[in-house]
This record gives sequence, C-alpha cells and structure tokens, in this order.
Amino acid sequence: MIPGQKQLSNLEELLEGVWKQNPVFVMVLGMCPTLAVSVSAMNAVSMGLATTFVLVGSTFLVSLLRNVIPKEVRIATYIVIIATFVTVVDYLIQAISLAVYDALGAFIQLIVVNCIILGRAEAHASKNPPLRSVLNALGMGAGFTVGLFALGGVREILGAGKLFGFSLFGPDFQPWVVMVLPPGGFFVLGAWLLLFNWLNSRKTDAAPAKPAEGHAHV
Amino acid sequence: MSESLYQIFIGTLLANNFVLAMFLGLCPFLGVSARLNTALPMGAATTFVMLVASLCAFGLNWLVTTFHLEFLRLISYIVIIASAVQLVEMVLKKYSPVLFRALGIYLPLITTNCAVLGVALFQTAREYSFTQALTFATAGGLGFTLALLLMAGLRERLNLASVPNVVQGTALSLMLAGLLSLAFMGFAGLGAGE
Repeated sequence: MIPGQKQLSNLEELLEGVWKQNPVFVMVLGMCPTLAVSVSAMNAVSMGLATTFVLVGSTFLVSLLRNVIPKEVRIATYIVIIATFVTVVDYLIQAISLAVYDALGAFIQLIVVNCIILGRAEAHASKNPPLRSVLNALGMGAGFTVGLFALGGVREILGAGKLFGFSLFGPDFQPWVVMVLPPGGFFVLGAWLLLFNWLNSRKTDAAPAKPAEGHAHV
Repeated sequence: MSESLYQIFIGTLLANNFVLAMFLGLCPFLGVSARLNTALPMGAATTFVMLVASLCAFGLNWLVTTFHLEFLRLISYIVIIASAVQLVEMVLKKYSPVLFRALGIYLPLITTNCAVLGVALFQTAREYSFTQALTFATAGGLGFTLALLLMAGLRERLNLASVPNVVQGTALSLMLAGLLSLAFMGFAGLGAGE
C-alpha cells in the first residue's frame, strides 16, 4: 500500500479486494481469463478458486521472502514463484476433475500471466507481513471469484438458459447464443462496468461530474 | 495434427483471432490502443517476442519431454519469454528511445501478455511441428496487431464523438471490442477450426 496511508484493520484488509478494490469491476485486471472462461457459472467459479489458491500461496511466499529477494531480480523471482504454484494447481485440477480441466484448458496455465497475481505480489506482499498479505490475497481472490461468477452466471443464464447446468426457464426458452460466444463476454463485462459507472455517478452527483473510471491496466 | 500451414495461418489470423475470439492479450489491447502510432510498434514488438517465444518453446518442449521433466515446462517457458522481452527492451532503448518511452510500462508487460505464453502453450497442446508452430506464432502476432490497429482507429474516431460521461472509459472500450469481435465471428469456419 501507499506509505502514509491509514493502517487498515485486518478485516478491512480482507474486504478490500471483495468490494472497494474488486479486481474485475474496479481495477479491471486479469481480463483474459475472466472473459475466456466465463461461459458458464461452473467454469467461472472453478477458475476463481484456482486463481485464489495461486494468489494466496504466492503472496504468502513472496511476503515471507520479501527481505531476502534482491530488488533487481524481484519480478523474475515472483514469476517463478507464481509459476510453481500454477503448476501445482494445474496438476491438482487434473486430479480432482478431468471435466473441469478440459473445459478450462490452457487457461489454467495462463494464470501465471494473470496481472492480478503479479500486481498483488509487487504492490502488497513485497511490503507487508505474511498474515496481512494472505488476508489481502484472500479478499482479492474472493473478489475475483465473485466477479467471474457475476459474468459467468449472466452469460450462462442468457446464453443457455441455465445456471450451474440446471435449466431455469423450461424447454421453450430461446437461448441468446451470442452471449456464450466471444462477443458476449465483452458485452456482459461492458454492461457490468456501465452499471457500476452509473451507480457511482449517481452517488457523486453533487460533486463535479467526472468519468468514473477506476482502471489501471497494470 | 494434419492442418496445412495455410489453414493455420488464416484460422489464427481471422477466425480464431487471439484477441477477439480467444481473449488473449487483452490488457495491452485496451491499454495501448488509444492511438494509432503506438499501436503498430506495440504489435510489431509483440509479434517479434511471440516468434522468439515460439522458437524457444519448441526447443524447450523437446528438452523437457526427452528428460521427462514435464512439470518444469511452464516455468521454463515463462523464463524464456521474460528473457526475450528483456532483449527487445534493450534493443528498443538503444535504437529508438522515443518509441521506448511511448510504449512505457506496456513494454516490460509483454512478459505478462497472455498471448505470448498462449502461443507457447497452444502450440504444445496442439502438437504442432516446427514450421506449423512458426506459422502459428506469426499469424497470432499479426492477428494481435490487426486487432490493435482496428481498435486504435475506432478509438481515435471516438475522441471526436460526444459520449455521455457514464459510458466513458473501459466500459465503452469493451463494448467496442464486443462489436469488433462480433464482426470477426463472420470469419468463423475459415481455416483451421478448433
């Protein structure tokens, strides 16, 4: 966190990622896996959990080693740590459920390049003790999972008329197929951001109007 | 895999465009696509890194399968990509400092561009031969550049339009990307299908 900022309590640290700094809707990070795997709620939640695991594991290790890692090679070190945890989760998912493994495909391994994880390692774990880093990572992971679910759920409901594979509207439902195709991902995420922008702009109506964008693609 | 090189090239360039159909490399796609004159060099740099990554990944994959070290595949790929990016960075810094500054943070971030790692991972998963892998990487890079250029053109036009405050920012870019992606779906069925 930024030096001089008010020290957050542990609970606030945990909730930071779920709401105020939600990685999907506020920071708009890690969009590639977000859009690619959110065709169904099941995929979205599995991906969210896998990412959370990597996030928590790698931030814990980075935080433990934060005084040992030389500054010049820190990014490379973080990436190797993250890649290790991704390899673990890759084999783990393969062992738990082959169906999920096939559905997510290469995107499990692509967790390595998810900017959320490297961003957390660099911006938070490298400056905070392990407990706080893990809390923050848990919150971020939960926020990411919620965001993925919000996307995957909407896309599955509109595009297939189902949620978690259960039919919602009966056999007469005419699926809106484009929603489970690639353009649907862009549209649904765009619509969610629009909704949040609108809510924000209503909240800050008294203040001078400013485009409510909280994105930092780093 | 018995896809012809032509099939792989057209399929990867248009029908399965990395950005618009497979959602790879979205961060630079939204981050660097504000202006046309940075979009092209960014695309070129990424394409070059992709080619290097694809070449190295091919060799590495042979190495790890020969020695039965498959669990090291991902880590070795990412290290190779990071080195390739470092190389491009040094070359650019020496020969074109202006461009180096214009690309800014997005240059080192090519390391975490999922499109680059995606090339390496997909060519392994699909068991492409050496020439197939190189074609795949070239087409992927060109496809990324194409998407970036189209998006930059659209966004330059958008600067002249009056857009409501609420829609501005990422939401609008995503809607635009959605429309582009919709247009690219017209290419479905061309070249190699998945």
